[in-house]
Amino acid sequence: MREQSATDSGVGGMLSAASMLKLYGVGLRSRLLLGTSRYPSPAILTEAIRSSGVEVVTVSLRRESSGERAGQGFWSIIRELGVRVLPNTAGCHSVKEAVTTAQMAREVFGTSWVKLEVIGDDDTLQPEVFGLVEAARILAAEGFEVFPYTTEDLSVADRLLDAGCRVLMPWGAPIGSGRGLNNLFALKALRARFPDVPLIIDAGLGVPSHAAQALELGFDAVLINTAVAEAAHPAQMAAAFARAVEAGLAARLAGPMEPRDMAVPSTPVVGKAFLG
Amino acid sequence: MRIIVNGSSRDTAAQDLASVLAELGLGGAVVATALNGQFVPSSARGATRITEGDRLEVLAPMQGG
Repeated sequence: MREQSATDSGVGGMLSAASMLKLYGVGLRSRLLLGTSRYPSPAILTEAIRSSGVEVVTVSLRRESSGERAGQGFWSIIRELGVRVLPNTAGCHSVKEAVTTAQMAREVFGTSWVKLEVIGDDDTLQPEVFGLVEAARILAAEGFEVFPYTTEDLSVADRLLDAGCRVLMPWGAPIGSGRGLNNLFALKALRARFPDVPLIIDAGLGVPSHAAQALELGFDAVLINTAVAEAAHPAQMAAAFARAVEAGLAARLAGPMEPRDMAVPSTPVVGKAFLG
Repeated sequence: MRIIVNGSSRDTAAQDLASVLAELGLGGAVVATALNGQFVPSSARGATRITEGDRLEVLAPMQGG
């Protein structure tokens, strides 16, 4: 649907047909995925999920203490919201850690979806792409539906698809940096190179205009966490991101004009009065 | 017998992984387990023997990005 021209049908029809996002056979209306970390309170997290209408949230696994049982409380909140969960392997630095974490997540969350993170460096949280490809291959062979957190590198993307990934999650900028789409040229090349693979910008977006830009460029969705959780009013910010992805998608389908180097008058010159 | 549970040393009388979880009060909890770095499915916990010095990880749902 991405390349459909505006003349094929009315905008409303185009939007309804094209606005379904398919991830591993699951149809989603919302182009926004939301992380659940770093919110001021569980109540504010709940409000942010509700106000944005997201259908997928990311979750994680951490050590459970028998005293606090914090994980049990968190899980009941998420289950009540009725959203689909995408468990991550955040913080894993090795293939073995990531694979074991994914196996544990599949049992706890009851889903084969996994946002696969293999982290190379603690300062940039840059994906360690060699381990990522290896872990993706192991997990895909075990029946996982892998969402790899990757860079914009085309060769790595190729390898991930070879490994069995059917969705890619390139970073916009380092996790939590709020910088937006850091490498526009490479991200556009990635989009052009893999026109039929769902591409979700994961990490580094700071404001809704970044999300709108991602959709305008043809990316299928964005995953946001810090930009919402650390806003002064997270639920309002979540709603703003939801509207931004809608606007970005509508603009993409409407066919944005090409930028030009020189001015072109928008008011017709023909018929202009001679008053000089 | 001493084992390591989530990074902390602990005495246990349990002989198998399911009994360790029960000792911890997490018998009915939504958790996943790994013994010495290997995932142990919940269905295999009862048959998984615990030995001195084993490293057990007990993980639960948590916020994530």
